[in-house]
Amino acid sequence: MKRQIPLALCFLFGIAMIFTQFSPHSYSQAVYKEVINWGLIISPFALVLAVVTLIQTHATRIRLRTEHWQYSLIVFVGMIVMVLIGVPDGPQNSVFVWLYDNVQVPMDATMFSLLAFFIASAAFRAFRARSFEATLLLIAAMLVMMGNVPVGDLVWNKLISWIPGSDSPESWVNSTANGASGIRQWILDVPNLAARRGIILGVSLGVISQSIRIILGIERSYLGGGD
Amino acid sequence: MKHNKTILWVLTCLVSFLCGTFAFSQEPSPLSNVNAKDTPSDATSITITWGKTPEDSDIIGYIILRNTNEGEFSVLSPQLNADATMYKDTKAIKDTKHAYIVRAIYENETTIDSAQTAAVQATDQWFHTGKIALFLAMLLFSAAILGSVYYARSGKEVFVRRIPGLEAVDEAIGRATEMGRSILYVLGLGSVDNVATIASMTILGQVARRTADYETPLRVPCNDPIVLNVVREMVKTSYLDEGRPDAYQEENIFYLTGDQFAYAAGVDGMMIREKPAAVFLQGTFFAESLLMAETGNSIGAIQIAGTDSEHQLPFFIAACDYTLIGEELYAASAYLSREPMLLGSLRGQDWGKVVIFVTIILGVALELFGINWITTLLQNVR
Repeated sequence: MKRQIPLALCFLFGIAMIFTQFSPHSYSQAVYKEVINWGLIISPFALVLAVVTLIQTHATRIRLRTEHWQYSLIVFVGMIVMVLIGVPDGPQNSVFVWLYDNVQVPMDATMFSLLAFFIASAAFRAFRARSFEATLLLIAAMLVMMGNVPVGDLVWNKLISWIPGSDSPESWVNSTANGASGIRQWILDVPNLAARRGIILGVSLGVISQSIRIILGIERSYLGGGD
Repeated sequence: MKHNKTILWVLTCLVSFLCGTFAFSQEPSPLSNVNAKDTPSDATSITITWGKTPEDSDIIGYIILRNTNEGEFSVLSPQLNADATMYKDTKAIKDTKHAYIVRAIYENETTIDSAQTAAVQATDQWFHTGKIALFLAMLLFSAAILGSVYYARSGKEVFVRRIPGLEAVDEAIGRATEMGRSILYVLGLGSVDNVATIASMTILGQVARRTADYETPLRVPCNDPIVLNVVREMVKTSYLDEGRPDAYQEENIFYLTGDQFAYAAGVDGMMIREKPAAVFLQGTFFAESLLMAETGNSIGAIQIAGTDSEHQLPFFIAACDYTLIGEELYAASAYLSREPMLLGSLRGQDWGKVVIFVTIILGVALELFGINWITTLLQNVR
């Protein structure tokens, strides 16, 4: 029963929600909105669950003095301070806002800014021309980077001016008159977009297939255990 | 001769006078072609249409007036632009008759009302006729999947191509076991209603079965408390199924934080401190993908990533040892469990891809010959 009831509910609501996508009738739209609202009701419970789980996890670490337990203490200090300041006056409290703006936001920004360095190190590894594909990637990346900087067009036009016959209006070289930014746009709009669309089509079919498996109860591992 | 000239002069003066009088006395005429009809394929709205304003017209905008059950007309819409030719009344009352007037507003602030339209009633429609093609495609695809599931259930072998990322799962777990280090499984930022997260959880179930066998510590930091509870239940079941409930440690599956970059910082910290031998990054990822994948790479962990977020795929491909691209993430549970019914659904999915592939090729070929009914059909799918 522990599995049969969730499976039956999953089937019922799955089919109902598919139906609402094809039916504009006010009844079916009301059902759709109601089910979405039920989903929202879960959020407050999830918040309580998150706080309880967080306290349990970090309290255990402090109690057992596991390695790096001091970090758990910082979690508690941060949580208690923000609750004490934020709960009485709400999130508009000036101290609460100050702490958020001057602690949380800079820390988030720090993590985000690390991306630039990680992109550089990942790109260095990915662009090493050890195979045909990697070389192709390297060339494409160089062209896209060149197209992204203002000086790119200038450099490109200077380079192609050295190609013999480029001064003739019929020369193929003049078809690249838009410079590096034109090449960049072509790479993004044609081969890159084609590959992305291929992936998106595959993902969409995968999502539909997974959804059918879940609705029909073929895929039931997400339900955990118990019969 | 002189007499004729006089008559001509008098006639010219008369015509000029009449024309001038007519021109100065002409008032703007009311709008024509004003129609109201029940909007097809929707619940309760009525669409009002009227003719396009000539470019040299003095009209600067329109206002729509509505009455209910032959009552008084009242203003319904804000002022619409002069180039508007349509207004959708989304506040029409169901099963109630409404008539409309389109009021044209002129530069000199005069207004001219059109004749009122015939009374129209908004009715609910059960089926969206614009989605017939989509509905048929869904039925066809579902039938292909179900047919393939029954094909697999009958005992016939289903071929599934080799997916290196999934072949490497055992290798990664074996490596962690030999090194005596933990395995870190990251489910991404998706919540439990995200299909990629569900796919990731099913892979985790299979990974947990193997870690239960090898007694390798499995650490799962979660971003969503509901995902956390589902994951705990799943991993516990996997350990129970493998006959190793004693090896299951609930504290290894824990809630880290709901904030994107705090989560990335927490996971990175775990990687640096605990140095797991294998890192699984499976699910929905955003900008934090590379922060985690590069940190995993820097500690020398074997990394298997998988996501349906196509923007994050290049980062995973650059930083991880194996990457499940898009749909491979959804195929993973079938691939790892080798359950015939799940494998059958993969076959159905491939049939769907064949249909799309053939449609694209056919569409391109027909377009080359100037036949565009496939393009039109696809453009009409809403």
